[in-house]
Amino acid sequence: MIPGLAAALVNGLLVGSAAITLLPLVWMLSVSLMSPGEASAFPPPLLPSRPTLANYRELFAHAGMGRYLLNSVVLTTAVTLGSLLFNVAGGYAFAKLRFAGRDRIFKVLLSALVIPAQVAMVPLFLLLKQLGLVNTYGGVIVPALASIFGMFVVRQYALSVPDDLLEAARIDGASELRIFRSVIVPVLRPIIVTLAVFTSLGTWNEFMWPLIVLNDSDLYTLPVALASLSREHVQDNELMMAGSVLTTAPVLLVFLGLQRYYIRGLMLGSIKE
Amino acid sequence: MRSVPVAWCFVAPALLVIVVFFFVPVVAALALSLTDFDIYALADGRNLRVVGLGNYAQLLQTPLFWRAFGNTLYFVAVGVPLTIAVSFGTALLLHSRLVRFQAFFRTALFAPVVTTLVAVAVIWRYLYNPHYGLLNYALGRIGLPPVDWLGDPRWAMPAIILFAVWKNFGYNMIIILTGLQSIPEPLYEAARIDGASTWRQFRHVTLPMLAPIVAMVNVLTVAGYFQLFAEPYVMTQGGPLQSTVSVLYFMYEEGFKWWNLGSASAVAFLLFVFIFAVTVLQLRLARWEYAP
Repeated sequence: MIPGLAAALVNGLLVGSAAITLLPLVWMLSVSLMSPGEASAFPPPLLPSRPTLANYRELFAHAGMGRYLLNSVVLTTAVTLGSLLFNVAGGYAFAKLRFAGRDRIFKVLLSALVIPAQVAMVPLFLLLKQLGLVNTYGGVIVPALASIFGMFVVRQYALSVPDDLLEAARIDGASELRIFRSVIVPVLRPIIVTLAVFTSLGTWNEFMWPLIVLNDSDLYTLPVALASLSREHVQDNELMMAGSVLTTAPVLLVFLGLQRYYIRGLMLGSIKE
Repeated sequence: MRSVPVAWCFVAPALLVIVVFFFVPVVAALALSLTDFDIYALADGRNLRVVGLGNYAQLLQTPLFWRAFGNTLYFVAVGVPLTIAVSFGTALLLHSRLVRFQAFFRTALFAPVVTTLVAVAVIWRYLYNPHYGLLNYALGRIGLPPVDWLGDPRWAMPAIILFAVWKNFGYNMIIILTGLQSIPEPLYEAARIDGASTWRQFRHVTLPMLAPIVAMVNVLTVAGYFQLFAEPYVMTQGGPLQSTVSVLYFMYEEGFKWWNLGSASAVAFLLFVFIFAVTVLQLRLARWEYAP
């Protein structure tokens, strides 16, 4: 084939696929800026005739969007910080500290990765009900405080930390807690950032478990609230698109800013099998 | 090395959470699936009876369970090959030496993966709108009749599959792209010296080197697609005529709408056993096919 033609074909196909991929997201943004009812027309308008923020105002004023946004931010922050602490400490111990049954326990954990989370959901609900955590932030936070995957990626990364580094600190008389804080955490920084990005996006987007454990609409996260609103407001397309923008824009922005770390987490995740 | 208690201080909190909130519930799910735990038992534990395999027997006689199972199989059998084909195609395009702005295209094609499933399902429900949706408008422009995407039992599942391909292909694309980039250049040079055409290089170097990665991506995608839930929940509520009820959707309604928690646990367990069996089968096949 003529080189110029091949290049045009490859780049043309990519432009086409990227356009199809981005179209729904761009359209969401465009429709969210239309006045109520404007999008219910044929042919569908591509751009708002007079862009307005009325839908966003309506969501905050009458649909309780501020509350849902707050719930999502609080839960995502709590789960991310808490699980980082637990997983980094655990993953480090599995890599660098000695304790009875360490490798056997780790093998059991790894093989449990094949069990889908949904298998545990019914008994987990009953357990949390006993603990009084159903319909509280705790119902989402507590079960997510540690994850096998999180410990696994930290362990893999920590394995490459030289033992000499730890021994030197120990000879200097540093306590294990101090070694963890001043030696390990700085060395593990890249994987900690990766895990933070992965966990926060995952928690923000999570749907099924918050849907089950949070029944009080005051506690809904954005995805749960959006699903519920979209059943009520089937015809209010402009309003629903504004809700979708508010729900998905934060994760897209975080991803765009920290892409490098996210892609690395994805590669680590795919190796877990 | 250090004393035992210190190490346990580091690992115990995480292990405790995982044991109490994952391992115990998994075992409890098996136990629960052998009981008739329902809304009466929820109110008072004394109403609980052990029914052995009764829930499983009951499920196998429930038409909606089989319907859900069939729908989920349809979603997996059509959705997985389509997703991987698109992932593979876009990865090859991105890997081409002729590409300009590779980083931009990679980010754009990957974007749907990080979006919130519920939010983009709401967008797609609107794209599929029979009157004002962009999709029917586009069909009209090329002279095709409109389709009632989410309202027609024949089209609802294909519509959900199309949406799932859009949402998920970027994930596999990145993994396959990394695989392509890790194929050693000398292999291609050797093939070129032997006079192999671009097609033959692809067939005899790229494909065999990539096979283990595609096999792995396949296993991950199949396991993920069996867990179909939010798409029908948001877009169709299982309809029309139960054509998009998935196994997990069925489990959710059985457990958290009708409060038949024993039966719901049995559904979850059946799904797990099935996913596990399919995964093992795929790994066996992959090993058999690509064994050195």
